[in-house]
Amino acid sequence: MSFWRNVKQYPWLWGTIAGILFLGIGASQGQLTVIWKKAVMICLECIGIG
Amino acid sequence: MESGETMKRLRLTVQILFTILTNGYTYGFLHGKIYQGKLKYACLPGLNCYSCPGAIASCPIGALQALLNQQTVRIPFGVLGFLFLFGSLLGRFVCGWLCPFGLVQDLLYQIPVLKKRKHLPFHGILKYGKYLVLLLLVCVGSLFLFGGFVKVPAFCKYLCPSGTLLGALPLLGANQLLRSQLGALFFWKLGLLLLILLLSVKVFRPFCQYLCPLGAVYGWFNRFSLVQIHWEKERCISCTACERACPLALSVTEISRSPECIRCGKCIPSCPKGCLHFSKKKKD
Repeated sequence: MSFWRNVKQYPWLWGTIAGILFLGIGASQGQLTVIWKKAVMICLECIGIG
Repeated sequence: MESGETMKRLRLTVQILFTILTNGYTYGFLHGKIYQGKLKYACLPGLNCYSCPGAIASCPIGALQALLNQQTVRIPFGVLGFLFLFGSLLGRFVCGWLCPFGLVQDLLYQIPVLKKRKHLPFHGILKYGKYLVLLLLVCVGSLFLFGGFVKVPAFCKYLCPSGTLLGALPLLGANQLLRSQLGALFFWKLGLLLLILLLSVKVFRPFCQYLCPLGAVYGWFNRFSLVQIHWEKERCISCTACERACPLALSVTEISRSPECIRCGKCIPSCPKGCLHFSKKKKD
């Protein structure tokens, strides 16, 4: 019961933990590399050319 | 009671410093190139185009679309991680204090011409526009809607004014090769940007209120994020001074918890009893 009470009391903490967990999963699946590859090339769509 | 001028200056200083810090790759501005270092593995909290020559990290919405465009990615955990992290800690404080495009709109709203408005007509309906943009342009659009079944980052391509202002204009200014490739799409985006900037002189942050998909995401976290504006109900005299000071006209019960609240903090110094504050501690 105290676990759920803590969840209710500090939902931001659980959101933060979930964020870190998601980041870990994303990194392990190579998603951060996909982001990096997209971000280091000039995005033609963003600047209205592509 | 904190001084309204102090809060205003503090927020402006944070906004300017954060924008300079996260867009500090000056070589890019001078040579029409973008930063290609490892910091771009990470996302910034605000709507900061990764094609801005100065940007040192990635845009979360652009990154989300990049992941959704990948056939191999089912759930975009990489970006969800950043969104949960920033959202759970800060909520829409990001919009009020850290977003560069929010700063631009804030500065335009300071121009002392025209009678200022807090909202557009039909605000009650239009405020849901940002959820529609998130769903249709960012999620569905990135999957298949625009360009037939070819996946495109529809929000970046057809709407994002931050990309035009922070990415396109500085890059095109310094890069002749890119300038030679301009077409109708650029002028569509430029028109949208000008419309939003003009509207920002009259209406408080129209893009954030009605179109920003990142605001829609962070709004969801507002109710439980770490950074909150706390209201001491027992000391409140219901004078509505905070509601009048709020640039979004939120009532005291909505301040901080509403998905619309950007935590700008204007309500805090307006309270004659000092019953609104960022910290949880009571101030005597």
